[in-house]
Amino acid sequence: METPLIEFRDVTKRFGGLTVLDRVNLKIYENQITTIMGKSGAGKSVMLKHIIGLLSPDAGTILFSGRPINKMKMGEWDQYRSQISYLFQHNALFDSLTVFDNIALPLRQTTVMSPKEIEKKVMARIEQTELTEAAGKYPTELSGGMQKRVALARALVTDPKIVLFDEPTTGQDPIRKNAILSTTAHYRKKFGFTAVLVSHDIPDVFFISDRIILLWEGGVAFQGPYEESTRLDHPMAEEFLRSLEGFQDELTGLLSKQMFRARYASTLNQGQAEKAVTALLFSVEFDLLTEALGPLAATEVLKALGEYIHTNLGSVGGFSARHSIGQILAILPYTDIHEAKQLVENFGKGLQKEVLSNIQALTKANIGATACFEIYVYAGMTEAHSNDDIDRIIEKARANQEIIATHRCDSKGGEI
Amino acid sequence: MEKRVQPSGISFIVFFNVFGKLAIDLVNDLGAAAIFFSKAFRMIFRSKQLPEIVQQVYHIGARSSSIVMLVGLFTGMVLGLQLYYTLAKFGSEGMLGSVISLSLIRELGPVLTAIMITARAGSSMAAEIGILRISEQIDALYTMRIDPVRYLVSPRIAASIISFPLLTAFFDLIGILGGYLTGVVLLSASGGVYFARVLSSVDIVDIRGGFIKSLVFAVIVSTICCFQGYFTHMRSDSSGAKSVSLSTTSAVVVSCVMILIADYVVTSFLM
Repeated sequence: METPLIEFRDVTKRFGGLTVLDRVNLKIYENQITTIMGKSGAGKSVMLKHIIGLLSPDAGTILFSGRPINKMKMGEWDQYRSQISYLFQHNALFDSLTVFDNIALPLRQTTVMSPKEIEKKVMARIEQTELTEAAGKYPTELSGGMQKRVALARALVTDPKIVLFDEPTTGQDPIRKNAILSTTAHYRKKFGFTAVLVSHDIPDVFFISDRIILLWEGGVAFQGPYEESTRLDHPMAEEFLRSLEGFQDELTGLLSKQMFRARYASTLNQGQAEKAVTALLFSVEFDLLTEALGPLAATEVLKALGEYIHTNLGSVGGFSARHSIGQILAILPYTDIHEAKQLVENFGKGLQKEVLSNIQALTKANIGATACFEIYVYAGMTEAHSNDDIDRIIEKARANQEIIATHRCDSKGGEI
Repeated sequence: MEKRVQPSGISFIVFFNVFGKLAIDLVNDLGAAAIFFSKAFRMIFRSKQLPEIVQQVYHIGARSSSIVMLVGLFTGMVLGLQLYYTLAKFGSEGMLGSVISLSLIRELGPVLTAIMITARAGSSMAAEIGILRISEQIDALYTMRIDPVRYLVSPRIAASIISFPLLTAFFDLIGILGGYLTGVVLLSASGGVYFARVLSSVDIVDIRGGFIKSLVFAVIVSTICCFQGYFTHMRSDSSGAKSVSLSTTSAVVVSCVMILIADYVVTSFLM
């Protein structure tokens, strides 16, 4: 069995008479994104602070690769800490230092790198996080989203093995929330770190998380993959998770996953399955788009696609939800597979004409992205029957996916 | 039958409760401040400290020089004015240079310079570190493996140890010139006698005493101001911005009181 990268064993933490963590046991695995969720005051940030050593437990043990961190020798402890970065909820940037100096600070103070090497590395991170124009500015001159990216660049500049994110999307609008989360997922793949997030952004955070840890009344109510958490029979699921998820996906206006599931179940159980029900799976290569355009513009494209699907398929009685970060699943209850083919063909033409042809101008106007990029929108369809669960129809639809609309541009940004 | 506690017994217990707690808190704080200083002082000699120390010498020393010299000038001038008339009653105007220079070099120079730096730079040390604390920037330093005491406190203590004696020397010099302005230029005492008395009465022991005092004050002021800012979050009476404002006030008040207490103690050892 795989040894967890970080493990809490019976960890208890009290502040005065208040027990925040009560014999907590949890596991965080290497190269995964683990999201910690819980009500305010549940001890989420306290857990992160225990991992990095800002707090120590009153009882219990924290293990790193099977080794108790409280028994580490000085050098070993320093080595352990050098592998961890922490992204603070309010960024904790130094107002008296420029963006460049903020990012360079850990390298200047803790390494023996030459100023040239530091400059090269810092500029690379600045470019990767789209902060080139802000390099000489002070944090107070930047927007909230840019400050968050500076904090992210500072956290990543030391090439950490583990990055702890304390509510990274607080105070951001839906596009930026998704952009920050998709950036986290994108960088996790690119730089290969283990991410531990504290976040309440349902469903967005589920799209990027490999494991969810739910804290409830001082303990761990659940830990495991997201799909398992949906079957959780615990007061927390009702009181907390479902209330956070709501009815609509904030970014696209589509149904939340929870609402989608409820409508899917009722559609198939109310005799609709006797008639034709078709499932459509739309996809865009979100990772490639993020690589080409940056997370903000990529999220803008996803939003435009979601809104178009919502408007057009809603008018024929369909309903849809985001299934993963770049995939949208739609159900058409009164449409058979042949009608659906015709519908998808017309939909693809409309999408091409009404959305994709304007996408370059839209991303330029909304977020100033001028880079040339390509988008391929795929769609796959399958019939749905009353005994089909959602994962099965997704698999079937994915197997039939074809390109239905494209956007390509020349080097000057004009459409080909 | 109910036992009745005598009123005098209650007040006796209350007295010991209050003063006992105060005494324990005081000893705790003194111990914590001493450990804080010793850690920060040792870290002055670590690598990569020089640029930070130079920057702090500019903030604490260079930027305080104008106010210190202004205060020195008027202190010397008022001393010249007061002492000239007092000495004239005894026909000893010739002693003006001796009295002004000795009182400035031995006492007023180190004490007033330290108080002025406390007001200008000490308060900003406490406020700046306090704000870094409440905005989690000190925690951020820790997470980046940068020791906050080394990065924030040590350069300020080092810069104070460098700046206090230099500013005290400026204060003394300008003060003596201030005394010359009022005593000699305005009130017609002899200029030659004034400077001759300054030279003949000031001994190296006096200068060394003033130097030692300024070093002691530098350690006291920088340690207290940084300590108050660094532990802003531990205040039991407030939190957030309020705690920064209270820490800054405490830093200035406690520093000024400690300067005067330390002045007496050091003087009694030097005499």
